[in-house]
Amino acid sequence: MSTNTEKEPLFSAKNLRLLTDPLNEKNPVTVLVLGICSALAVTVQLKPAVVMALSVIVVTAFANLIVSLMRNGIPGRIRIIVQLVVVAALVILVDEILKAYVYDVSKQLSVFVGLIITNCIIMGRIEAFALGNKPFPSFLDGIGNGLGYGLILVIVAFFRELLGSGTIWGYRVIPESFYMANGGFYENNGLMILPPMALILVGVIIWVQRSRSRNLIESN
Amino acid sequence: MENLLSIFVKSIFVDNMIFAYFLGMCSYLAVSKTVKTSTGLGIAVIFVLGITVPVDYLLNKYVLTAGALEWLSPSFASVDLSFLSFIMFIAVIASMVQLVEMVVEKFSPSLYSSLGIFLPLIAVNCAILGGSLFMQEREYGTLAEATVFGLGSGVGWFLAIVGIAAIREKLKYSNVPAPLRGLGITFILTGLMGIAFMTFMGIKL
Repeated sequence: MSTNTEKEPLFSAKNLRLLTDPLNEKNPVTVLVLGICSALAVTVQLKPAVVMALSVIVVTAFANLIVSLMRNGIPGRIRIIVQLVVVAALVILVDEILKAYVYDVSKQLSVFVGLIITNCIIMGRIEAFALGNKPFPSFLDGIGNGLGYGLILVIVAFFRELLGSGTIWGYRVIPESFYMANGGFYENNGLMILPPMALILVGVIIWVQRSRSRNLIESN
Repeated sequence: MENLLSIFVKSIFVDNMIFAYFLGMCSYLAVSKTVKTSTGLGIAVIFVLGITVPVDYLLNKYVLTAGALEWLSPSFASVDLSFLSFIMFIAVIASMVQLVEMVVEKFSPSLYSSLGIFLPLIAVNCAILGGSLFMQEREYGTLAEATVFGLGSGVGWFLAIVGIAAIREKLKYSNVPAPLRGLGITFILTGLMGIAFMTFMGIKL
């Protein structure tokens, strides 16, 4: 590997790290502070969150791949516009596919699919990685970062749906007979459905993550 | 007139860009360390939203929606370009930001020196594109309504970032648990501020 990078195996340790690092140590949401924007409003239920996460994985991976393929041909001064056009074209494709196959989820996501364009993860990874690396590592980096983002989204959505509606993926987990209305003792936590709880949950995830790996702790 | 006022107040408090939709969180978290810089960024956002939302409104009304091209020639009545709206909106935003930057540099160097570094950042701020997309989704009827909505969203964003910056300045003197420092506590604070802002929800205008 030191002499000839062409011979590097497709899934070398280095390439695998590109895939796994963003899940924890370099998580785009909780460590690099990228892409929180369009994320949290879609986490009331698990299903839209998973669809959103998949869309973001597809867009980051292919945007990274395409920009990396073109990286030697893009003039430095207009690169932002070129990147935006690539990303916007991919997002339009994703949006049309969602509208065609999962129309109800697409309606739920409303403007947030469009907002993937300005999701900082995508621009951030293109700027920081794809412009300086070969297509295949860039593709893996895109998938890894998309997964890291999706992971946070799914964790938040899991707790919000479980505690807020008592369901997971639309299936009832907490039996109907437990509820106050049916003579039980349980009541859904209505606060979980409201937007601010998403932020507080992400705060808690950060807290847990940083207590486990203390090198991530900020000075102030 | 009353309608406009109600859209304005609603977009500031009830549909606040940050607390209700989490738009523009990236720059909100990154630039909210001091009140001074966040004021600059907030003003720049009001400025850009106040310009791009009406421009995108015109674009949407006369070019993109189904049958919008009829004013060119009746044969275009069946053309529907709405699938192009993402790419058109982002192009308008990027070029408007560039234009605003040049105009401000020419006519008000002092404003430019205080806003200058923030303007390019704003092109990829989700709040700006979000403003245009919400304008499209909620189908505001007139140019005035769209403009007022843009300005109101900007003011809401401004209030949120200045508020969190003020709290974070004070937070320097408090003893936050180590793993929560920085990002973690900012998220939780934003959540608490969001809960406070939710008290505006019941307002009927």
